[in-house]
Amino acid sequence: MHRQVSRRTIFAFIGPAVIGLSLVGIAPLLYAVWTSLHFYNLTKLKRVEFIGLENYWKVLTDEVFWQAMGRTFFLLGTALPLQIALGLIIALVLHQPGLTLLKTLGRLSLVLPMATTYAVVGLLGQVMFNQKFGVVNQLLGGANINWIGDPNNAFFMIIFWDVWQWTPFVALVLLAGLTMVPVEIEEAARLETKSNWVLLRFVQLPFLVPGLVAVLILRTADTLKLFDMVFTLTRGGPGSSTEFISLMIQRVGFRGFDQGLASAQAVILLIITIVLAQLYIRVFYKEV
Amino acid sequence: MNSARPLWPQIILLIVIITVCVFPFYWMVTTSLKTQIVALEAPPVWLFEPTLANYFEALFEDGVLQTLINSLIIAICTTILSLILGVPAAFALARFEFRGKKDLWFWFITNRMVSPIVLALPFFLIARNLGLLDKHVTLILIYLTFNLPIVIWIVTDQFRGIPYDLDEAARLEGASQITIMLKICLPLAMPGVAVSAIFSFIFSWNELMYGLILTRTDAKTAPAMAVSFMEGYNLPYGKIMATSTLIVIPVLIFALIASKQLVRGLTMGAVK
Repeated sequence: MHRQVSRRTIFAFIGPAVIGLSLVGIAPLLYAVWTSLHFYNLTKLKRVEFIGLENYWKVLTDEVFWQAMGRTFFLLGTALPLQIALGLIIALVLHQPGLTLLKTLGRLSLVLPMATTYAVVGLLGQVMFNQKFGVVNQLLGGANINWIGDPNNAFFMIIFWDVWQWTPFVALVLLAGLTMVPVEIEEAARLETKSNWVLLRFVQLPFLVPGLVAVLILRTADTLKLFDMVFTLTRGGPGSSTEFISLMIQRVGFRGFDQGLASAQAVILLIITIVLAQLYIRVFYKEV
Repeated sequence: MNSARPLWPQIILLIVIITVCVFPFYWMVTTSLKTQIVALEAPPVWLFEPTLANYFEALFEDGVLQTLINSLIIAICTTILSLILGVPAAFALARFEFRGKKDLWFWFITNRMVSPIVLALPFFLIARNLGLLDKHVTLILIYLTFNLPIVIWIVTDQFRGIPYDLDEAARLEGASQITIMLKICLPLAMPGVAVSAIFSFIFSWNELMYGLILTRTDAKTAPAMAVSFMEGYNLPYGKIMATSTLIVIPVLIFALIASKQLVRGLTMGAVK
């Protein structure tokens, strides 16, 4: 179906996007690599000097960096299973016939958390989880839990908001998968078995797999990117209990002013991301 | 077969889902209508005399209005720019055959996954050296890194769905590729273009990190403004929630308009 057209025509169509994205997406990366090879501190700009791979060596042997990385994947490992389990329940309920009006309302309300500004989610967290006048402690029967000031509670709170914001996304992805199951197959299977579990495992699951893999990889990328919500809610604290990888790099670069070291951390994060992205696209988008 | 099962567990579950999704918004809006004294009552009160004072103070005394205008300018400009650059690229990816197409496409999409902090560090240094800190154009440009991939993905997908015969017929009449794109394919691809524009707008409007790092006062975005209320001990909770409400309402409206396409956009088409 495709047609051979002149190189000039192709360039005229695609060139502007390529040049534009190179200027904002690649040029800065090259500059980050350059910075990462230098001692580059915002408070000591007279002393920018080439130090080779020293920053990289520092990062690779830095316990704090790997702790932040581990914390990031720990968040993914706790929040994602919850999102998938709850998302599946919601999707199965919405997929049942009947109660059309209530289900339409349900589906529309699922859209709200996903679209909410991440920074606002963090601010809402501050207000609702406040120890003294927060509504969460009130709803827990006048509990006096210090959510924001205690390391474990703060981490739990981050999980809570991540689950609140992204379970709807998982639910809608899985619901899309469920609607792909041909009606005849589902009805034939219902004649064979009364067990919803058997139906889910052997009839519906194959249709859910593409969505589940998409969720897995997108949530991985988004957890590596996670910044706005945590920054407004806890700023990575107390201590470093909620300091995920993007927050840590931001702290080193802009609050510690060590742009060289932060750039080396960023380059390493980028490499990890690209490996994951390769995997993502290999698995899914066989197109073009 | 469903008549055998009672409906009430389903009804309860649905009500729980709706409540959990909506309650934070209810709390946000009601808190924004409380005076500082009411907002700091412990335990929190549910019934009180609402006031719009927080909105007036935030908008007209603290400069939230200006930051909302900044966010609006930035989100609209970056969306238009993404469409101008992205639509022809999407047309080429959907209609032409050329070497390196796969790699190019891969690169466009990978940009969606890169953590913004990776670009924020060098972009900050470059903008500082070029005197581009605190300028709208800086954010308009850097937001292309996530908006262009979205536009290219969704619109390429849409172009592919348009029958090729239409192009062919027009070409026999002597139409150029640009004419074919603008006059024949683009009108048919409008649903995809509109959805990608909505996404582009939502992502730009919601963004905080770049706004925090690359702006100070003149180009400060609304989310960055909301965060700057968080300094000091006696936090103005009512005002923070009023600002949050003003930020969130436009995105919620857009998201509800595009709700059918939301999943498709967020998974970049992996799920339709």
